[in-house]
Amino acid sequence: MIGSRREAILGRLVLIVVLIVTILPLVSMLSAALQPADRNPIGLTWPSDPQWINFVTAFETGNVLKLMMSSVVIVLIVVPASVIIATMAGYALGNLRIPGNRFILLAFVVGLTIPFESLIIPIYYQMQSLGLLNTPWSVGLALIGLFMPFSVAWMRAHFVGVPVELSEAARVDGATVWQEFRRVQLPLAGPAISALSILLFLWTWNQFILPVVLIQDPLDRTVAGALTFFQGQYYASIPLLNAGALIIITPAIIVFLIFQRQFIRALLQGAVKG
Amino acid sequence: MAARNRGVAGSTPTPGGVTGGSPVMSAVAPRRVARKATRRAPLAGWLMLAPAVAAYGFFVIYPFALGVQYSFYDWNGVGASTWVGFQNYLRVFTDAEMLGSIRNALVLIIFFTVIPVSVGLVLATLIRNIRAGVFSTVSQTILFLPQIIPLAAAGIAWSWMYAQTGTVNQILSTIGLGGITRPWLAEYGFALPAVGLIGSWVLTGLCTVLLLTGIGKIDTALYEAIRLDGAGWFREFITITVPGLRQQIAILVTLTVIAALSSFDIIYTTTRGGPGRETLVPGLSIFRIGFTQSDVGLASAFGIVLMILVLIVVVPLQRLSRESK
Repeated sequence: MIGSRREAILGRLVLIVVLIVTILPLVSMLSAALQPADRNPIGLTWPSDPQWINFVTAFETGNVLKLMMSSVVIVLIVVPASVIIATMAGYALGNLRIPGNRFILLAFVVGLTIPFESLIIPIYYQMQSLGLLNTPWSVGLALIGLFMPFSVAWMRAHFVGVPVELSEAARVDGATVWQEFRRVQLPLAGPAISALSILLFLWTWNQFILPVVLIQDPLDRTVAGALTFFQGQYYASIPLLNAGALIIITPAIIVFLIFQRQFIRALLQGAVKG
Repeated sequence: MAARNRGVAGSTPTPGGVTGGSPVMSAVAPRRVARKATRRAPLAGWLMLAPAVAAYGFFVIYPFALGVQYSFYDWNGVGASTWVGFQNYLRVFTDAEMLGSIRNALVLIIFFTVIPVSVGLVLATLIRNIRAGVFSTVSQTILFLPQIIPLAAAGIAWSWMYAQTGTVNQILSTIGLGGITRPWLAEYGFALPAVGLIGSWVLTGLCTVLLLTGIGKIDTALYEAIRLDGAGWFREFITITVPGLRQQIAILVTLTVIAALSSFDIIYTTTRGGPGRETLVPGLSIFRIGFTQSDVGLASAFGIVLMILVLIVVVPLQRLSRESK
């Protein structure tokens, strides 16, 4: 008993250390962001005269509004289309018998391991020949394809878990495959679909290498891809760079805090199923 | 995952994916009704699969084929191309710069995989009895923060942490280690571990929380029994906790190794491969060779090699996690 008590105290101490280390870089960013913009900041301090104006300056000179809009456009291209396409495919692979389905599933599963870096060169030339370079479509369409293995595997895992009795009942009632899909399966897939949407939103919003390569004007990229633009613009001012970066990560953090439970569940399941 | 591409980038293999289907299908097989009905669905099934197959085929398989094709040519991206056979691959495996970037990526596995999984294991074991409450909810939220922010932003945050006047050096000076302060990302011998620790920072929280959910599923009777046997903390850890978490560990190792081998975002926003080639990794190497040096064939060949490298590491891990089921 005493042993496990000591263990519990030790555990809490280690946990607190890990928590502090986790949050330190973010606090450190805030500390830098609040120091005078024209000077080199010094470590972690609460400045006597916090320069909240840095956030205003970074927001305006960094064109943050335009950046967010570009990101939203790319998210709107990627998330709805991916979810619809993957839900149908997940149902087909999970519940129907189709000749060659094993081969198709295997092809998708292998795709799960592909690092984006491996395909970035050919994707660039593909988008060039399609005339899509420097448009949100280049990043959006490529991401739909690159996220497809995960999305399909995710939705299939859901449909495989639905009790067979349900589809049997629907079939006995004479429902066609489409009717069964729309009236029986889809309403039950809500949680799986919303979790997938959360993950795809996050991964698109945070996507870096594709926008950096495919879109030349940083203002048309995703916010994450635009961070390099901030680095270039504010190389002389660490406070402004940190203020800009903080502004950029705030929306995702707010969304995370609101949908925390769903996020954490989605990310954990995403790790396990993915 | 995603890891984080990823974020953790985003994409990782499905352990249960391939095998998961077969037990279900064989369970369905004896039921005549269901089987008959499902057999009639090839047309509808194919229609439902078609968009996914098209998206995957057009934006993953096709670029992959294109990459394979480029890898056999000498091409600057604009002019005429010349067939060079396997010469580009030969260069990948003989060029010091590219070999160095592969070596760096393998070193990063220590920081992206070994450290987060070990810390996660120890921490999860120590706090496995923590009661659900405000403290545990807040902890979980904080541990997940690095998963939410883009890796590129993590790079910016840590560039400042590691700067000469940054927080790391400030803390070192405070605890009397002022003598070892330095601009960590700019010095030979320190830059790669420093960048690696950013990866540890990103991934430790995820590992801890996932292992914690796994540990909750281990039968507590096992722990009571071994305690009665008089076993200590370490034996308990080795004989019960680690085997009980084998599947979670396999998943995390897969996920984090992929993150280590494709660490473009962090490197690009912190060191860009420097000082010298100290922190050059395959992703950045491909980017440079392909777009700065305009050697499309060589960059494509390196891309294919990177893909194979990931498969070589990941496939045995999948075997392992499947056996443990």
